[in-house]
Amino acid sequence: MSTFAELLLNGVSLGSVYALIALGFVVIFRATEVVNFAHASLLLAGGYVTATLHDDIGFWPALLAGVAGAALVGAAVEFLVMRRYRGSDHSVLAIVTIGVDILLTTELTRRLGTDVLALGDPWGDAVLTVGPVSLAHTRIAAFVAAALLITVFLLAFRYTSWGVAMRAAAESPETAALMGVRLGRVSLGAWAVAGGLAAVAALFLTVFPTPGLERATSLAALKAFPAAILGGLDSTTGALVGGLLVGVTESLATGYQSDLTFLGRGLGDLAPYLVMVAILLIRPAGLFGTKELARV
Amino acid sequence: MSEVLTREEASGAPRPARGPALRLPGSRAYGWTAGGVLLLALPFYLDRFWLQAGLFAMAAAIGAIGINLLTGATGQLSMGHAFFLAVGAYGYCVFAADGGDGLTGLGLPTWLAAVLAVALSGLAGGLFSPIAGRLRGAYLGIATLALIFIGQHVLFNARDLTGGFNGRDVPSFSVFGLTFDDRELVVAAVPFGSAEKLWYAGLVLLLGCGLFARGVLRGRPGRAMNAIRDHRIAAGVIGVPVARYRAAVFVLSSTYAGLAGVLLALVFQRTVPDYFGIALSLEYLAMIVIGGLGSVAGAVVGAAFVSLLPQLLTHYSDALPLVSDPGTGGVAPGEASRYLYGAAVVAVVLFLPGGLVRVAAARRRVRPSEGAPPGAAPGSIPGSTPGEER
Repeated sequence: MSTFAELLLNGVSLGSVYALIALGFVVIFRATEVVNFAHASLLLAGGYVTATLHDDIGFWPALLAGVAGAALVGAAVEFLVMRRYRGSDHSVLAIVTIGVDILLTTELTRRLGTDVLALGDPWGDAVLTVGPVSLAHTRIAAFVAAALLITVFLLAFRYTSWGVAMRAAAESPETAALMGVRLGRVSLGAWAVAGGLAAVAALFLTVFPTPGLERATSLAALKAFPAAILGGLDSTTGALVGGLLVGVTESLATGYQSDLTFLGRGLGDLAPYLVMVAILLIRPAGLFGTKELARV
Repeated sequence: MSEVLTREEASGAPRPARGPALRLPGSRAYGWTAGGVLLLALPFYLDRFWLQAGLFAMAAAIGAIGINLLTGATGQLSMGHAFFLAVGAYGYCVFAADGGDGLTGLGLPTWLAAVLAVALSGLAGGLFSPIAGRLRGAYLGIATLALIFIGQHVLFNARDLTGGFNGRDVPSFSVFGLTFDDRELVVAAVPFGSAEKLWYAGLVLLLGCGLFARGVLRGRPGRAMNAIRDHRIAAGVIGVPVARYRAAVFVLSSTYAGLAGVLLALVFQRTVPDYFGIALSLEYLAMIVIGGLGSVAGAVVGAAFVSLLPQLLTHYSDALPLVSDPGTGGVAPGEASRYLYGAAVVAVVLFLPGGLVRVAAARRRVRPSEGAPPGAAPGSIPGSTPGEER
């Protein structure tokens, strides 16, 4: 039973990190209707900035720099590339983000090489033990930080003028533009926010018990794809639920791996996708996604 | 859209009327003939390295035609193409191998194995069609990403079938008593090994695949596919069975991928699971965007660009500035080619909507001898809707 509780808690913590990444997708999708396949490279960029700076300026400033750096990269992608295509086909735009991702990932993995970089986090490998359940400090920090960030984000989304502009742009871009919402700024902001969230996620994906930032880290961002999709690409609630679902699924599948050997090794990486496909079969727009209705 | 169509018609319609009744073969026909002769002659002059590079490009072109039918013509994003390539490649191995290396093999005649492997990929696509028929855009793109993960999982774990991490050898192909292996056959004083023989097989396959896809695109199904891409609801209203078409195109495109997989396996002579990952799927998407969405020629051009680029850069890495051998700290050829094709994807969509083939089409149209109609200057070629010209 204690194994189950441990796996569940770990899963929730991991899932909250996936939710951060998935939220980034959702924000960009709502603002611009583009699926951002370059998210993995934003994540890697944030982690890389933090990892290279923490020795010189300390962990917290380095983390801030990482967040700012990834936000800047996101904004630059929007400003230099995506903005030029406004109004064109969304699946072509998605492929353009794939091109951007290839560029950025190649550059970052070339810089990383075979290194595994530490991010200099203050939690180290400390473990909290309550009764039979033990949990790494990093996992607790991940959950608290993600919960905090997501709350702040959702509040901002609901109550600030930025959030109102975002929601208006998502609802109907033409109307929003006519009412004075600057769509360019909205999408710039969305890309920056997504970058920042990805940088925080990068931190928690590379702290203990994972060895550190390496070229494979960007693959972790791929697990946020099913999270965003199974929740529904245009739903912030969906991103949260999807993230948690993916995190718990992965954690349980990895934890009970030894009981499921007939399914082969590495089941944890596969399980989120299987859950996603199962859900999409029942609800093609995800759990909380808006079903497209058309009156003909 | 309607405006775009009328412009196309305006530029295309007057031409036959103006031409003489009995036209001499145009420069286009000469071009095709010259290109064909060149391709047929190449095995007599090139060494094995270049022939293999060319064969990779042919296999990639077949796969790219398939994904262009799906993503370019029907507007269905697929990121799982590598999975179907893997099904084709490994399917061929399992059907054709005789089990001598301790792995499962049915020992069928190799031509039958190839046909079955292609059919198996189509079947795999068909099994996915409940999803492929219902999902659109990003949802489908990411759902197909699941195929990659499932595929890699199976490839690494089903050791009896796939040989696990190290992969398995590919039996040589033989048909009508002709074996595509390295037993030398001398033609016109040139020794013909497997690469030379496969070259012709590849050409035939590519030609067949290209013509078939062109037929599909130009006929009734092609119109329906483009209608689904441009306006799904309108297509449904005028009577196109949208979900059925989507599923069918998915099956067709996975069949193409399976054939590409078989050919790739024959060229490689060994299949390894690492190859069939996400990077490969992304390469195929890059191919069709760079070449031109929705057209057969675009797929072929893009496939040649993306698959020959790394080979060229590797081969000439000594002579190129900024490119150095792997492991020396500089930009390795593989990285350089990824930079180039990543940048090409971004730049082509930004500056050449419609891809590289569109550039050739634009040049042809403004040539004075053909009398460019005023609406068809290169700047005004409708580029916002890729792929209505083939």
